[in-house]
Amino acid sequence: MPHKTFFWFFFPSGLAMILFIGLPIFSSFFQSLHIETEQILIEVETCDPFGCEMEVQVDQEATGLLREESPLGRFNGFGTYLDRNHLAFDDLGAGWETKTSIRNFISIVLNLPFYKSLLFTLTFCFSVTPVVVCLGFVVALSVNALAKSIKGPVIFGTILPMIVTPLIGSLVLFWMIDAQGILGATLQKILDDPNLSLKASRNLTWITLIIYGIWHNTPFAFVVFYAALQTVPQEPVEAAIIDGASRFQRVRYIVLPHVYPVATFIALICLMDNFRVFEPIIGFSAEGVAQSLSWMIYKDLRNETLMLFGSAGATSMLTILGVAILLTPVLIRTWKEFRTDR
Amino acid sequence: MESKVNKYSKQFILFNSIFIFCWLVISIFPFLWTFWGSFKVKADFFSRADWWYTVSGVNTLIETGGRSTLEAYINSWIEGEFWRAARNTAIVTFSVVTISLFLGTLGAYALSRSTYKYAFWILIAALVFRAMPHITLVSGYLFPFFQLKIWGILPTTIIVLVAINQPFTLWLLYSFFKTVPKELDESALIDGASYFQAFRHIIMPVMWPGVITAGLFSLMLAYNDFTVTALLLNQQNYTMVPKINAFLGTVEHGGNYMWAVASVVSATAPLFMIVMFFQRQLISGLTTGAVKG
Repeated sequence: MPHKTFFWFFFPSGLAMILFIGLPIFSSFFQSLHIETEQILIEVETCDPFGCEMEVQVDQEATGLLREESPLGRFNGFGTYLDRNHLAFDDLGAGWETKTSIRNFISIVLNLPFYKSLLFTLTFCFSVTPVVVCLGFVVALSVNALAKSIKGPVIFGTILPMIVTPLIGSLVLFWMIDAQGILGATLQKILDDPNLSLKASRNLTWITLIIYGIWHNTPFAFVVFYAALQTVPQEPVEAAIIDGASRFQRVRYIVLPHVYPVATFIALICLMDNFRVFEPIIGFSAEGVAQSLSWMIYKDLRNETLMLFGSAGATSMLTILGVAILLTPVLIRTWKEFRTDR
Repeated sequence: MESKVNKYSKQFILFNSIFIFCWLVISIFPFLWTFWGSFKVKADFFSRADWWYTVSGVNTLIETGGRSTLEAYINSWIEGEFWRAARNTAIVTFSVVTISLFLGTLGAYALSRSTYKYAFWILIAALVFRAMPHITLVSGYLFPFFQLKIWGILPTTIIVLVAINQPFTLWLLYSFFKTVPKELDESALIDGASYFQAFRHIIMPVMWPGVITAGLFSLMLAYNDFTVTALLLNQQNYTMVPKINAFLGTVEHGGNYMWAVASVVSATAPLFMIVMFFQRQLISGLTTGAVKG
């Protein structure tokens, strides 16, 4: 296809992507270099019958004027990246100085908002993904062995958790697991502990969120594995049966090597998608004990008084850096495939 | 002839059926439970005392005089103005699907027929764009949108969702167009047709299976989106998902929690119908998208 024709065919789609995916990344970066204008304080003398007092007040008018003049605030360089809510190198240094033990230092680090969120995000990613890959494979094998007539409805039932949005999916589970829901209340009764509640315990909340993640992501792994199973060549399997291989041996030595590339693919996509986890945190109202990087950005943008563009931008950039690290193997794989295609 | 591979022992079939049954219960039961509970009052669905109340509807009988009630639906749709959110979702979903298919088919066709190296780099860029967390993009939108005074309205959100959706649509349709033989449109080109005419008269009639799959995914993205719609729309223009979140945020009076339950069911039901109808296309799309990249 000539360059000119290609250009006109691709132009609308390309323009949309550049304007609304490419530019926002730069815009985020630009915002992250700025910080909100401080409030201008003035001393006012307030007098009442008992005498006069000097009082520090926010000069609303001047602050408003200044904010209107430079809505993005003032230039701050990489200051926002280093502040207490982000990389917090100063606090890390101070923590290292004053630490009593390594354990103590770790707890200091994990009390800093950014590292706390990073820990949850990574824990979530790396506990959900392996389980999803294994469970998806087992379910795919199992569905594949069913009679043809019931495969359709079973597949439909299996993919339901995937097609609802994470917010709705997590709400539906939350209403069951909540202290007043069917599972929560029953658990309280069985364990005879009326104070047992998910919100109260950090570990329980994390476990719930991880279980939710597995519930939501397994259908995707299942569907991809199921498709891959359809392409497993039948001859080696038949040969293995003649040679007396057991069912497990057939799966282990023929099916598994065949679907192995698919498994790595699923794992990478899962890691990438789970890295942006944030809707379940809202659905489970788990903000108190579980924060993720995406949730931090959401919180900054939803700030009641003033949207913290700078802080949100800085967290965004750090998140993108994380995605880039996770994405590298995928890109290398695609590049290799492209090279072998030639 | 049934091949030997598909012969299973009795124990295996039994074990397998039990496993699949358990799995189905885990995937489906939460939805059934919520559906059932949405016809009860709050005291039943969120009953601390006994989960059987949800099934039997004891408090529902006391409060409304019937074993089940449509109260939550009626209140959330009318008083809670969920109808407005449903209408907004319909507008957003329809526009996003139409526009992204229009842009996506043109772009993906060009990518699949180009022999130059830049086509590959564009696809790689699309893959990178696909991996961007949506919230990081939103944090980049808000400030410029406020300045341009286009924040809060539906058209902005529609364009943003179309753009966010483009990378996946491009990849999906690119893999699809690769399976359409080149000779088809090349013969038209030799006969003197322009690329656009070839696309219009030769490709368009055969592209519908791929387009339906891509459309289904655009639909799911637009319908399900929370990140973009919650932050880029004002309260009046909320679509269903942020609206449900808004119901949760205001728990002053007990009714609202049931509003959220009823609207969750109202929002999920149409999606399930569509997926049931187009299941085959959905799965074929997931697998091509996955196997190819």
